Amino acid sequence: MTTLYWEEEIETLPRVGLESIQLTRLKHLVARVYATVAPYRAKMDAAGVRPADIRSLADLQKLPFTVKDDLRDNYPFGLFTVPMDQVVRVHASSGTTGKPTVVGYTKKDIETWAGVMARALTCAGATSRDMIHNAYGYGLFTGGLGAHYGAERLGATVIPVSGGNTKRQITIMQDFGSSVLLATPSYALNLADAMAELGVDPKSLSLRVGVFGAEPWSANMRDEVERKLNIKAVDIYGLSEVMGPGVAMQCLETDRGMHIFEDHFLPEIIDPDTGEVLPPGEQGELVFTTLTKEAFPLIRYRTKDISRLIHEKCACGRTMVRMEKITGRTDDMLIIRGVNVFPSQVEHVLMGVEGVEPHYQIVVNREGNMDTMAVRVEVSEAIFSDEVKNLEKLTRKIQADIKDLLGVTCKVQLVEPRTIQRSEGKAQRVIDNRKM
Amino acid sequence: MHVEQIAVFLENKSGRLAEITATLAYHGINIRALSVADTADFGILRLIVDDVESAKKVLKAAGFTIGITNVIAVEVADRSGGLAQVLMTIEKARLNVEYMYAFVNKSREDAVLIFRFDDMERAIAALQQDGFTILSGEQVCAL
Ligand SMILES: [Zn+2]
Repeated sequence: MTTLYWEEEIETLPRVGLESIQLTRLKHLVARVYATVAPYRAKMDAAGVRPADIRSLADLQKLPFTVKDDLRDNYPFGLFTVPMDQVVRVHASSGTTGKPTVVGYTKKDIETWAGVMARALTCAGATSRDMIHNAYGYGLFTGGLGAHYGAERLGATVIPVSGGNTKRQITIMQDFGSSVLLATPSYALNLADAMAELGVDPKSLSLRVGVFGAEPWSANMRDEVERKLNIKAVDIYGLSEVMGPGVAMQCLETDRGMHIFEDHFLPEIIDPDTGEVLPPGEQGELVFTTLTKEAFPLIRYRTKDISRLIHEKCACGRTMVRMEKITGRTDDMLIIRGVNVFPSQVEHVLMGVEGVEPHYQIVVNREGNMDTMAVRVEVSEAIFSDEVKNLEKLTRKIQADIKDLLGVTCKVQLVEPRTIQRSEGKAQRVIDNRKM
Repeated sequence: MHVEQIAVFLENKSGRLAEITATLAYHGINIRALSVADTADFGILRLIVDDVESAKKVLKAAGFTIGITNVIAVEVADRSGGLAQVLMTIEKARLNVEYMYAFVNKSREDAVLIFRFDDMERAIAALQQDGFTILSGEQVCAL
């Protein structure tokens, strides 16, 4: 099978060529942002750095970070670099706390976005012959429209079903012959369950591949979606602040990571505590600089997503670096005896043991000068046994796996179902009793 | 020849056992036998009841994690030596006992021993060969 590219030349450009394009674009970006956006100029002045100081890609590190609070402080349009008459669209992300963040796009930004999204869909093997079932929500959320424009750019037939009305979605899949599904992974599982209830065999559908993103999902969940829907599931990454879907995309040739479209989005991995750029291949916080965005560019935007960059060549021939599937959020990070611990890592271990979505809680205490971590796990029927030795074996295994993966010794405590506090349906994952 | 046993996961919190027995009693379910295996951190309650299906339903609805296991119920005369004879058979056949508990059936002056073996089929064969009465689920419920 020959790999299809959307823009072969740029996607397979040797690194040196790619980096030279990045540097040109970076210089231009910094100069423009400095000249047009007062908050950026103020931050750069405070850091004592001027646009002329950016002479190499490494000089990027001299620039101050942009964080979510900067976006909130300048709500709604304060960080836009063009007058509003050039802004043809805005999107907003729902703020779980406080104000939402608003992003804007010029006509050219929308074109750029459609282009990277078309690239992403091509990574998943989609072509103009496909019937693309777009179940991402349409609206202020970037998912629906972002994917839509990319699919149209690709020349495929788009079915803009958006989210909800699952029964009708299944009928549409049957009648229209949907071949590519774009959805959140949890919605894909909803679809699979609804099919099972209605007695619809996924094998009778034309569905071939699913492009899933917009929420964290585990490898186990991917296996489940693939099995239940009888499709290949691939991962897409994007966040509204940076662009929307289409910042990075997994290709069909690898299960490890997503290609970042680096001619538009320049990635860095930093230590979330110190802000230092980490050596290649290390895990840390993902930071993006948008190289081509006009209305709402970002310089060194801290995503709070934890990932690592994979520099090894990919079998598909694309030269663009890959980012590993997001393994956590810096907001959730705990430091226990000097070790960074993410609840998602604990979740990963439990998933491996139980094979199902675990209900768990991490409890951190300080005894004397010593931090202790306990993991409380609700006993589901899947792991329950009538024999004491089996349950003891289970707790020892969880403990050993956590020690292996995280390097932290913890106590594992089995608890009865529904004993872990939930607020608004979501379990409270971490209780930190340390007084810092 | 198997009897269905309900196992319930228990945290070591006071009052949980009483809650379970009260829940079953409220629904008119009779407990024939009961044993608790506990460790420092948790316990496992094992129950033989007269209506397994209903017990399953009400315990699940009450939020407990339960499991159904097959066990063997052996009837022995309730006098000294009854248990010893069974244990001799087990020893002779080199069967591994995962756990056991007993209850006395007052009306018939017999004791019933509940066993979980690692090899249940072999255990049944060995016990039957030595002439022990193995009770079915219905027989246990009818006691
Ligand atoms: Zn690839």
